[in-house]
Amino acid sequence: MLILKNVDIFYGKIHAIKRVSLHVNKGEIVTLIGSNGAGKTTLLRTISGLIRSTNGSLVFDNLDISKQSPDTIVKKGISHVPEGRLVFKPLNVEDNLLLGSFNWYSFKNRSEIKNDVEMIYSIFPILKKRKKQLAGTLSGGEQQMLAIGRALMARPKLLLLDEPSMGLAPIVIKEIFKYIVELRNTFGLTVLLIEQNARSALRIAHTGYVLETGRIILQGPAEDLLLNKDVQRAYLGRDVDYEI
Amino acid sequence: MLTVFLQFLFSGLTVGAVYALVGIGFNITYNATSIINLAQGEFVVIGGLMMWFFSESLKLPFLVSVAFTIVTAGIVGLFMERLTIKPLKNPDLLLMIMITIAVSIVLRGLLMLSFGKNPYVYPSFTEGEPVSIYGAIIQQQTLWVIGITGFCIIVLFFFFKKTITGKAMLACAVNPTAAQLVGINVSKMVMVSFVLSAIVGAIGGIAITPISLMEYDKGPMLAVKGFCAAIMGGLGSNRGAVLGGFLIGILESMTAGYIHSGLKDAVALIILLLILFFKPAGIFVSKTMLQLRKF
Repeated sequence: MLILKNVDIFYGKIHAIKRVSLHVNKGEIVTLIGSNGAGKTTLLRTISGLIRSTNGSLVFDNLDISKQSPDTIVKKGISHVPEGRLVFKPLNVEDNLLLGSFNWYSFKNRSEIKNDVEMIYSIFPILKKRKKQLAGTLSGGEQQMLAIGRALMARPKLLLLDEPSMGLAPIVIKEIFKYIVELRNTFGLTVLLIEQNARSALRIAHTGYVLETGRIILQGPAEDLLLNKDVQRAYLGRDVDYEI
Repeated sequence: MLTVFLQFLFSGLTVGAVYALVGIGFNITYNATSIINLAQGEFVVIGGLMMWFFSESLKLPFLVSVAFTIVTAGIVGLFMERLTIKPLKNPDLLLMIMITIAVSIVLRGLLMLSFGKNPYVYPSFTEGEPVSIYGAIIQQQTLWVIGITGFCIIVLFFFFKKTITGKAMLACAVNPTAAQLVGINVSKMVMVSFVLSAIVGAIGGIAITPISLMEYDKGPMLAVKGFCAAIMGGLGSNRGAVLGGFLIGILESMTAGYIHSGLKDAVALIILLLILFFKPAGIFVSKTMLQLRKF
């Protein structure tokens, strides 16, 4: 579904991503783990068109997206839940969701959009309770749900998730990950998940990639990576987050 | 006594309506980009002078002149955004605000070169006897000004609160990255906001010129007053800008009438200072809202 081949990305003179190749198959949860500054976010922002790659090819559904603008890429079916959630804080919850449907919003579609909003509310009932509240007044976990809900409103085929666990309490993280699995199972959504919380991510993923200083150093089925000695030593720790 | 008071009140409402429109113009660009466009006053001048050009110099019919004036102002807004804001590699807010000052100076220069320094005027929209209330005279044009302002306010309110494009504009100002990620073409929205604010300004200029005349350098003062109006109500709140505009207009004309006409321009600035000291968020913007916006 999404194929990256030998992608190079430069930030000025800094070579942030070095010949990265990556495959995301339809219906899979793929996770990209790595420590801070490994280039995970950069890679995701390149897929959604916020950053331009220097070399290599990005193909989504047999279509070259490396030169497309972010709004076209959303139309093609890639939705990005950004790092730090970036909900529209001074707007209320419902408006945030409506803006998620911006790329196919029209007067003609409004009843369908209404249905989609209701569907999001049925997935995240807490958002329905808060629907007239300003998004900036929600808790971190609620904002994360809103950000995911907003991304789903675009009716994506592929969902990009950038550190959904960031800054959340362990119990909330658990809940968010449960939702991700649920979305994939009920809607057949394909997910590319970026995480520092490697153990939780590998537990729900099918395939995993390990990124280190801009290079993919390991890849394989998620359960193999979970058992891999190097990965365990570098990213999983021993009992730090066993309860998650 | 009452007659004089009413007279001052009505003249205050007239200028207040224009301040309100300028204030709304500020809000439109602010709501889409967080930029304070200080060339807002020049749009009003362009409205007045181009209207004179089309209706008096070219002798075009009234409605055609209005349409052409609005289109001209829209084009100026469009070029302003495409030539000065869009090419910026690192859009820094303060830098952009300074650019708008530069644009206002350039526009004023161009207006002076093409229209000279004389004030211009054209007849009121409708001819007829002024209305008299308790002896105070209201010109028909005054009613036009207030009516047009009201109409613009209602249309813009609907646009920003009810349409997805209006909400998308606001989203662009709040967080351009997130706006891009939901599929909004941010650069297009910024352009639309400049065009829209130019048009609103020009409409104010078209309406006010028969009463207060128009000359090339009226812009900065209008911008200051309109800015006061916008700040008073709270930047971004159109309701606030309208109330602020009328309040400043009325206070101005009362001061000019009862105290001294020389103090007229000081009123708005004193109000601006008091607001900034005691209620910087403005009347209609809550503290929470202010914290949720970066600027």
